[in-house]
Amino acid sequence: MSSEFWIIQTFNGLSYGALLFLLASGLSLIFGVMRVVNLAHGSYFMLGGYVGLSVVWRTGSFAAAVVAGAVAIGLIGIGMERLFLRRLPGQTLGQVLMTIGFALIFQDLALLIWGGDPYSIPVPRFLQGAVRAGELSFPSYRIFIIVVAVVVAALLWLALDRTRVGARIRAAVDDGEMAQGVGINVPVLSLAVFALGASLAAAGGVIGGAFLGVYPGADFEVLPYAFVVVIVGGLGSLPGAMVGSLLVGLLDNFGKALFPELSYFTLFAPMALILALRPTGLFGRA
Amino acid sequence: MMLRRPGAVAGVAIVAILVAAVAPWLPSYPLTLLTQALIVAILAMSLDVLLGFTGLPSLGHAAYFGVAAYAVAILTTERQAGFLLCLVVGLVAAAVAAALFGLIAIRATGTYFLMITLALGMVVWGLAFRWVSLTKGDNGISGVPRPDLGLPWSLWGPLPFFYFSLACALVAIVLLGLIVASPFGMSLKGIRESESRMRTLGYNVWLHKYLAFIIAGTFAGFSGVLWAYYNGFVSPVDVQLVTSVETLLMVALGGPGTLVGPAAGAAVIVFLKNFVSVYTKRWLLILGAVYIGVILFAPRGLAGAFHRRSS
Repeated sequence: MSSEFWIIQTFNGLSYGALLFLLASGLSLIFGVMRVVNLAHGSYFMLGGYVGLSVVWRTGSFAAAVVAGAVAIGLIGIGMERLFLRRLPGQTLGQVLMTIGFALIFQDLALLIWGGDPYSIPVPRFLQGAVRAGELSFPSYRIFIIVVAVVVAALLWLALDRTRVGARIRAAVDDGEMAQGVGINVPVLSLAVFALGASLAAAGGVIGGAFLGVYPGADFEVLPYAFVVVIVGGLGSLPGAMVGSLLVGLLDNFGKALFPELSYFTLFAPMALILALRPTGLFGRA
Repeated sequence: MMLRRPGAVAGVAIVAILVAAVAPWLPSYPLTLLTQALIVAILAMSLDVLLGFTGLPSLGHAAYFGVAAYAVAILTTERQAGFLLCLVVGLVAAAVAAALFGLIAIRATGTYFLMITLALGMVVWGLAFRWVSLTKGDNGISGVPRPDLGLPWSLWGPLPFFYFSLACALVAIVLLGLIVASPFGMSLKGIRESESRMRTLGYNVWLHKYLAFIIAGTFAGFSGVLWAYYNGFVSPVDVQLVTSVETLLMVALGGPGTLVGPAAGAAVIVFLKNFVSVYTKRWLLILGAVYIGVILFAPRGLAGAFHRRSS
């Protein structure tokens, strides 16, 4: 194997990990605050991609597509949380079945509205092409994804660690009942976190739609990745989601490149190993 | 549990005799659906051992079903293996898969258990999907012949295969009923109610859960063996997440911890899926609504709803 191979594959793995971070950070936060296992999270990613696609077709603006996708799916998230999930506090099995019910409905609605053909969101002109460094070339769009993820991660970290709202969210993650007791409005906070998580996943769907494509079944394809990131990193932990995304992105990429037939195995086997050593993930608490 | 509920035993016997008596007069389509319901009922009951009796919500139960189904499909199409060999290999493969996955999964509790079983289920799906030289990938393995048991009736006919499946389902329900009614099964229920109490009483909680996991996996494998023969075709669809979740729905719908309930839940879902898909292409939409409806309106399942009314 040449060093070019390792550099390019590492770069690809990092950019995929960056996309996974957009998807999984929301899932992790939602779990942290509300203890909801959301199996419709992959659907937000897919629906975001579809909404973004329609907006790009109408307006031709990539930025508008990302915003529209995030806002539309954020509203769907608010509806789901407010009207349905809030009725099932602490009922893990009920939440699983309900969110999978939504995932099936979303899948069928997407098929009804956008049909079964795979599409791709066009990459904006200034992100086409590649950055050359000697013999190597790095696609600009993948660099863009990494930049977006770094910015989002920094903003999330600042918001969680340095603001009053962030302190409230951390309090709710640690002990929701106690947080409620000292006057923090946990239900409103939960709603906001849920909407934010859904929006992030949808933005990831639009951004990912330009290099993974937008197609039926994308929802259940990305969902296990998001879960593995969250399991490896630890539920409800932002640093965990960062490290987990990078790890999963790299593992998946090298797995696919080196052992194409066993690629999922090369992703899940290390996860199993990490869990055997740390059952609550790298950064999680019991 | 069933032994302490003579009503349930009588109910199962009466239903079995009724369907067996009616079957010869049924057209082949409903008969095929009935056969499918019986096979899937074994899968749902096997999950009930984990979810209903031990309190472990597995999100990857299709893995053991699929491992056994693939074992049968590969053995019959590549080696022309007979029924007994396929059955044994299928059951052993499912049990080994459960024994391996159980080592990882049983360490976790609650939500982590759910997520880990989901991820482990995806490992099997990934192998089915990508290990093309063994599994033929997305195309699946077709042309699985019906088993030849040396009986005067060929199992290629829908009626003999229905009776064969009925016999298998009865074997499964009796064995599972005996297991959950045994002292071992009682300890499982104890663990479901309070793990710490059982640990304090000196029970090896981990071992109980691990054995329950393997038993559930093996019976899921039994269902998978029958499925391969029934369907004649095995593909990654059989091991995907939606299949695992659908099994959870059957158990939740029928009422966890009752064995008979999940079997009935399986029948309801099989018939619903097939009838709705005849009338509309939008059956996923309706199935999704069923999930949400069950959780909102019958959170304890049909058995729970029935009990509330009768008591």
